[in-house]
Amino acid sequence: MSLTEFAPISPARRRRNQLMRGVLMAGTIVALIPLVLVIYYLIHKGAGSLNEKFFTTDPTGNFFGNQGGVRSAILGSLEIVGLASLIAIPTGIGVALFLTEYGKQTRFANVVRYFVDVMTGVPSIVFGLFIYIVLVTSHIGGNFTGWKGSVALSLLMLPVVVRAAEVVLLLVPSALREAALALGAPRWRVISKVVLPTALPGLMTGSLLAVARGMGETAPLLFTVSVAFGATANLGAQMNTLPVQIFNDIGSPNTTLNNRAWGAALTLVALVLIINLIARAVARRSRMA
Amino acid sequence: MIPPETNTPDAISKENVTQPTAETTEMSTTGRSPDEERERPDLSALGVREGAGHTVNVAGLHAYYGDQHALRGIDICFPANEVTAIIGPSGCGKSTMVRCINRLHEEIPGARAEGSVKLDDLDVYGSGVDVTSVRRMIGMVFQKPNPFPTMSIFDNVAAGLKLTGAKREDLRERVHRALRAVGLWGEVKSRLGEAGTGLSGGQQQRLCIARTIAVEPEVILMDEPCSALDPIATLRVEELIDELKERYTIMVVTHNMQQAARVANSTVFMLDGEVIEHAPTNQIFTNPKDERTERYVTGKFG
Repeated sequence: MSLTEFAPISPARRRRNQLMRGVLMAGTIVALIPLVLVIYYLIHKGAGSLNEKFFTTDPTGNFFGNQGGVRSAILGSLEIVGLASLIAIPTGIGVALFLTEYGKQTRFANVVRYFVDVMTGVPSIVFGLFIYIVLVTSHIGGNFTGWKGSVALSLLMLPVVVRAAEVVLLLVPSALREAALALGAPRWRVISKVVLPTALPGLMTGSLLAVARGMGETAPLLFTVSVAFGATANLGAQMNTLPVQIFNDIGSPNTTLNNRAWGAALTLVALVLIINLIARAVARRSRMA
Repeated sequence: MIPPETNTPDAISKENVTQPTAETTEMSTTGRSPDEERERPDLSALGVREGAGHTVNVAGLHAYYGDQHALRGIDICFPANEVTAIIGPSGCGKSTMVRCINRLHEEIPGARAEGSVKLDDLDVYGSGVDVTSVRRMIGMVFQKPNPFPTMSIFDNVAAGLKLTGAKREDLRERVHRALRAVGLWGEVKSRLGEAGTGLSGGQQQRLCIARTIAVEPEVILMDEPCSALDPIATLRVEELIDELKERYTIMVVTHNMQQAARVANSTVFMLDGEVIEHAPTNQIFTNPKDERTERYVTGKFG
């Protein structure tokens, strides 16, 4: 028997196909709307207040007259998040290495995983309160200081780093570990020379998620760093940060200060974006082509 | 990161050696690229000592994955400077057995082994034995070529030396020697700094063999080394195995019975975690003692 024709697509199936495509497309657009609006408003309201003075002067605290820029907030954010990253990223990757290379499916490792998950869900203000009670009210090394904010942020970032790093480390093929072990390499060298370099780009991305999260947090800083207007590079004193600056400015009845908040918000988003791009470039370069 | 390539007098002389054997001419009809067929493995560079290999004695070996009893009392003697093939249906414990020899089995969570594995008179499972020194003496080549993706071709071969912490003056020399020994030198000498993962599958597997022999082990375990390779690359690796046995004691796990027939001096047939028969290869394939062996090699089961 010779072939005459293929069965045509039935109209019902064609309609169903179009309907489902439409539903998925609509869902995507609904999800995109707030995202686009956020970026639109940030640029629309924030771009106007960006000028040289905005980046080079500190907020004065004046309600009228010269109100200053946000230099101290940018510096403070970078410093506090930088220190928090120095605490959270190595610790978090260390925990993840323990979980994937040593703990595996032991009871202890699973308990650690459970607590890491619980920590991920703890509201940031709780970490702020915790550090407030433990470090601020006990007056260890001053009252409100930058480094206490870093500790609070690092608690917040730690579970994010651990979870992301564990996923990435598990993606390193076990064949590579076995190949290195079969050559007679001790485990620590297998980890440092094979597992970590292979996972590096992913570890970078995971750590960045944590950095981005830490950058935008306000609540833990309110209780631990408080606010200062002047620029200080001293992590042992009160510092200014972008989120707290935004928090203060947006609540002010002064339109100029409101606009400064929008500018600061745009700066914050741009900062996260820049850090992201830099780290990606570094990760790409460190990897064999 | 890679020292610039200098042509030592040694390297030049090795290059210029061409061996127009009958075999090479015949090969060109099989469709090998001229680039691949040019180079013969050069074992003289490794300092071949006839009869330099070591025997491996496995006795009363039991292996477990958790509650699962994978090896049920294995006794095999692997003679020095011979290739021993291990055949048997999937899940019969071939891989587990070779992984017990270099103590890689115990890396799997819940896995353990009992019994004795001896390299000459050295007890691999002896108390106080450093497992890394065992693995340095008993090299392993895996089923899938697994070059380290973050490392260059040079660094891949040097990996064994670097990972074991050896600070070697002659690192470069030894890497070059290992690459010549697997017949890869001519193909990669101009791009030692490129990623090892950029090579073809067959080249990658020879790179992995070079990585293994660069550490100068005494025994080489091969766990289905050709199962991910095409027939031509397989042939190259088989030729290589034949050359390597002058220097090493080799065990090859294989699913391919023709391969066992081609490369092995003796063949072990395993079934359900036990050794059914161990005999000279031609006897296993032509005149097996055990009925189950006969049914397996004639394709009636497995």
